[in-house]
Amino acid sequence: MAQYKLVRCRLNGRDVERMVDVRASLTDMLRNDYHLTSVKKGCEVGECGACNVLIDGECFNSCIYLAVWADGKEIRTLESLLGPNGELSDIQQAFVDEAAVQCGFCTPGVILSAVEILESGKLYSDDELRKLLSGHLCRCTGYQNILRAVKKTMYRRLGLEPPEA
Amino acid sequence: MYDIQALYEATSVADAVALRLAHPEAVVIAGGSDVLIKLREGKLAGCSLLSIYGLDELRGVSLEDDGTLRIGSLTSFSHITKDPLIQQHIAVLGEAVDQVGGPQIRNIGTIGGNTCNGVTSADSASTLFAWDAVVELTGPDGVRQVPIADFYLGAGRVDLRPGEIQTAIRIPRAAYEGYRGHYIKYAMRNAMDIATTGCSVNVKLAADGTIADARIAYGVAGPVPCRCPAAEAAARGRAPDDETVEAFARAVLTDIHPRDSWRASKAFREHIAVELARRALRKSIELAGGAR
Amino acid sequence: MVVGKSIPRVDAYDKAAGRAQYTDDLCGASALVAKIKHAEIAHGCVRSIDTSAAEAIPGVVKVLTCFDVPPYQFPTAGHPWSTDPHHQDIADRLLLNTHVRYYGDDIAAVIAENEVAAAQAVRALRVEYDERPFVLDVQEAMAPDAPQLHDEFPGNVVGHTEVRRGDYAAAIAEPGLTKVEGWYETPTVQHCHIENHICVAHMEAGRVVVVSSTQIPHIIRRVVGQALGIPWGKVRIIKPYIGGGFGNKQDALYEPLCAWLTTQVGGRPVKLDCSREETFVSNRVRHAIRFHIITWVRPDGTFAARKFECFSNQGAYASHGHSICAKGTNAFPQMYPCDNLECDGWTVYTNLPAAGAMRGYGIPQAMFAGEAHMEDVCRAMGADPVDFRRQHVMPVGYVDGFSKNENYFDTFNQVMDKGMEAIDFRRKQAAYRNQTGPVRRGVGMALFWYNTAVWPISLESSSCRMVLNQDGSVQVQTGETEIGQGCDTAFAQMAAEALGIPVENVHMVSTQDTDITPFGTGAYASRQTYVGGFSIRQTAELLKERILKYAQEVTRQDAWLLDIADGNIVRRSDGRVLLSVGELATTALYSLEHSQHLTAESTYQIKNNAYSFGCSFAEVEVDIPLCKVRLLRMVNVHDCGRLINPQLAEAQVHGGMSMAIGYGLSEELKFDPRTGRALNNNLLDYKLSTTMDHPDLEVRFVENPEPTSPYGTKALGEPPACSGAPAIRNAILNATGVAVNRTPVTPHILFDRFREAGLL
Repeated sequence: MAQYKLVRCRLNGRDVERMVDVRASLTDMLRNDYHLTSVKKGCEVGECGACNVLIDGECFNSCIYLAVWADGKEIRTLESLLGPNGELSDIQQAFVDEAAVQCGFCTPGVILSAVEILESGKLYSDDELRKLLSGHLCRCTGYQNILRAVKKTMYRRLGLEPPEA
Repeated sequence: MYDIQALYEATSVADAVALRLAHPEAVVIAGGSDVLIKLREGKLAGCSLLSIYGLDELRGVSLEDDGTLRIGSLTSFSHITKDPLIQQHIAVLGEAVDQVGGPQIRNIGTIGGNTCNGVTSADSASTLFAWDAVVELTGPDGVRQVPIADFYLGAGRVDLRPGEIQTAIRIPRAAYEGYRGHYIKYAMRNAMDIATTGCSVNVKLAADGTIADARIAYGVAGPVPCRCPAAEAAARGRAPDDETVEAFARAVLTDIHPRDSWRASKAFREHIAVELARRALRKSIELAGGAR
Repeated sequence: MVVGKSIPRVDAYDKAAGRAQYTDDLCGASALVAKIKHAEIAHGCVRSIDTSAAEAIPGVVKVLTCFDVPPYQFPTAGHPWSTDPHHQDIADRLLLNTHVRYYGDDIAAVIAENEVAAAQAVRALRVEYDERPFVLDVQEAMAPDAPQLHDEFPGNVVGHTEVRRGDYAAAIAEPGLTKVEGWYETPTVQHCHIENHICVAHMEAGRVVVVSSTQIPHIIRRVVGQALGIPWGKVRIIKPYIGGGFGNKQDALYEPLCAWLTTQVGGRPVKLDCSREETFVSNRVRHAIRFHIITWVRPDGTFAARKFECFSNQGAYASHGHSICAKGTNAFPQMYPCDNLECDGWTVYTNLPAAGAMRGYGIPQAMFAGEAHMEDVCRAMGADPVDFRRQHVMPVGYVDGFSKNENYFDTFNQVMDKGMEAIDFRRKQAAYRNQTGPVRRGVGMALFWYNTAVWPISLESSSCRMVLNQDGSVQVQTGETEIGQGCDTAFAQMAAEALGIPVENVHMVSTQDTDITPFGTGAYASRQTYVGGFSIRQTAELLKERILKYAQEVTRQDAWLLDIADGNIVRRSDGRVLLSVGELATTALYSLEHSQHLTAESTYQIKNNAYSFGCSFAEVEVDIPLCKVRLLRMVNVHDCGRLINPQLAEAQVHGGMSMAIGYGLSEELKFDPRTGRALNNNLLDYKLSTTMDHPDLEVRFVENPEPTSPYGTKALGEPPACSGAPAIRNAILNATGVAVNRTPVTPHILFDRFREAGLL
């Protein structure tokens, strides 16, 4: 017998609620019930990071997170970063400027990890940034321009001049 | 969509215990980074789940009155790493669990789940073994304390009795006070990997600079994490010099029993285990303020 | 001049905003879900499949087995079709197969209303097999008594390439020669694009429509037609954004099966979404190739003779078949030409997953073996690796007799110079001499060359359509596909330059739809920027001619006096702006006297090809007791002609270098020798590099404009994956004195080699 649960959460700044099949992953709920298709499926076992979302400010692979657990949580997907007129946020713009986007499939998940990094307000070393982004697999970029984009945005948010390269 | 027969969500520890008794067939799910993957693979397809993920009372690190360090079983790896009490008293545990998978896995993975699934490769387990951790289990008959080494019964099997859930990992004051340690994860990648071998060492130095105590534990050196009494004996009471380090490292072979698998050969794992013992002991001595 | 400028990708906003639509994003909620039953034996025959339990599961719509499929064997390779039967790809599989040829072969499919029911049904199928002996090793598969995979190919040999020059036997009789001989082995690896292969099929107006994550929509249309036995015009393929391909999606994967499944459920939409585990095993992999190379060297360092043999493990189905091995085999004699030469390349069926195209198409394998061997020759002769290569490498003016490719510039020396300078090669070489400690450093390098496009082996053509809008902007369509590499942006730059309009006024139609998009064969062979350039320039000239002809009517100036610059019609003689292209287009479209929709479309057949060159330099630190290699630095230097967009070119090189690092150090798809089952077909156990496994990736370019190319450009997509692994291997050799003749150089391998060498 199908089992459903009412899941109320704050999703991209809005309070929402939906009856959700308890078998659903958070990826399923976000993609199917809320049409938030920036949440990508790359492995569905928590290994690639394409489905990464922010839950109460921390990053989680939504493919291995039960949708029912989202009840009472604040969830953010990439869609939340755009301004009211579709303006890109600084980190998204940095991905554009640094050519950190290629096929674009890992991009939403990586940008959300970058958001967690940036919201910490800390200045990280290159090695620390590599570690903080290590939960994402990307086959196109070799991660190089992704690291550049995150690093430059981190410096700018802290009011510092980004170092070269 | 997971192939789940039914989902029971516990609202309190007592509720979890009641649900365990009412649905003994249900698989307990904490963070799910192990259970949900087995579901996806089909190994657990069609099972019922008992979720304890919502039990916030099982999150956080605290110091009990007698100085015992208490880690709630649902504390995530990343919260353990960031916790000031952990950093102060058993920093190596925070460092060890900071090497689990990647950042997202460390946000969902819990220390309780990491130990209850009974796998030898768990990054937390060797350090918990090496620090004489005690597992707190809450069941219908109350609370039971089990030394971690006794909690592991065999590969993938732990001493969880009907109706029980793990509620905390506890590290008594005597087990951590004065000790400093180092964990080395040996894996094929620097992130998103499981340990080929994991080695956790800690030492306490005597006032005269000799090694008052040394403890070492491994993951993936046998079906469950294990300590190496022979190596510990070889270091205890000795000067923290090269000779001791060498005797200590060589002696680990007495107690470890890695096997050949497609992931690594026995000979390779033994070789790495010895080298890791060497390096982890040296580093631990250094952290404890010893010679070198 | 917008060609040569680093403008942002035309699709960057949509991708950074998360709005770019991929196949699954376009799939409606009503689609049925298909899942495949994969064989659990490596070789044998399906005797029976009991579907009753599966069919009884609520939500299951249909179960189809290998006994139900159409009887048409079809080829899957993403090659242009050949009307000459001798050049056609091997048609060796059915949609579902009763003859199981590898562990994971497709034997049945379930269609259900949801994924849970589909997965349950797959598990509920009861299969009986008649098992046969299987063979996994490529040379064992060539043995007379080896298990036979395909009746049409006795002996399992898919193809054999033979190159002969001079007289090898006579040449090696010369006295005083040094013989350097080695066996080199490359692994099975997988593409690991982050979006798994996925396709959704439905029927519309009696035709089959498939939306697919593919690199080659027009080729897929033909293969679906062949596999279903229906006219090709009854098939429509739509390719939206795709999450990477790297060659795996240069193959008909599950589009034919999915297309057939929808026909079995009355045309209802059916989604077939591969799991990551399926992607590893039941899509395509890179060929594992074993090499045997002998070089006979004179005391003065010149080559007397060379011998090259390779054995390419095809796996169970031909896919791209022998083309990959042939490409590698033909690369060898051109790299370091030698008068006396024997080359033999064999492609052989085994009971492993089918190998197909993957970034580099045989060249990463051949370069690993060839450049590892070259290093071994240098050491045997006591020669410097760079100087010795300079002495032997393909000289300026070299022309390949078959492709007519010419080495126009002194590129090899230029790229080596640049790489040496970037990594401070000479100083490090000296500094790393005579190390004795447990942790040692080393530097190494490797060269490569790569072909652009596939002429003269196959058809090379490109088609383009341009449609002028009322505002003076232009839609551009080509059959060449954007798969992440950035071709849409390069094409927009080319079109803007050729038309004389701002690049913002070029709208690339990124989606290919075989009903609408002009014919083109798609993304492979690092061809698109090169071949697309021909048709874009030609079509732009056609459109420009029509615009100027109409402008003549409006401006009363003769067309030869007119030009388009910066989106305006200008008079050449004095540079005066007469009107904007937008004004002209609006006039032309709505004119009551002479209305005209200004469009152009053309096909260009390319009968050229171009050498692309480059090298990698690597610096490593080897922790001998831990058997671990840390890559400290990696520099790639490329000459891909003129850079259309330098920033995107650099980004593309990063990705290739990353793939090469994995190839050199960590990636290998492993199989259980007892069963043929893949052991690590997931992203945890298959060691694709993470952010923490790379140094900063350093890229340099040498820009020698390719004379045969309209924009001076040539191959860059695949070349970055070609030389990294041997450079790493050679750096490890430099650090430790240990020559590892296989890749990846994992700790397990180093443990064995270091013990043999007495280092442990």
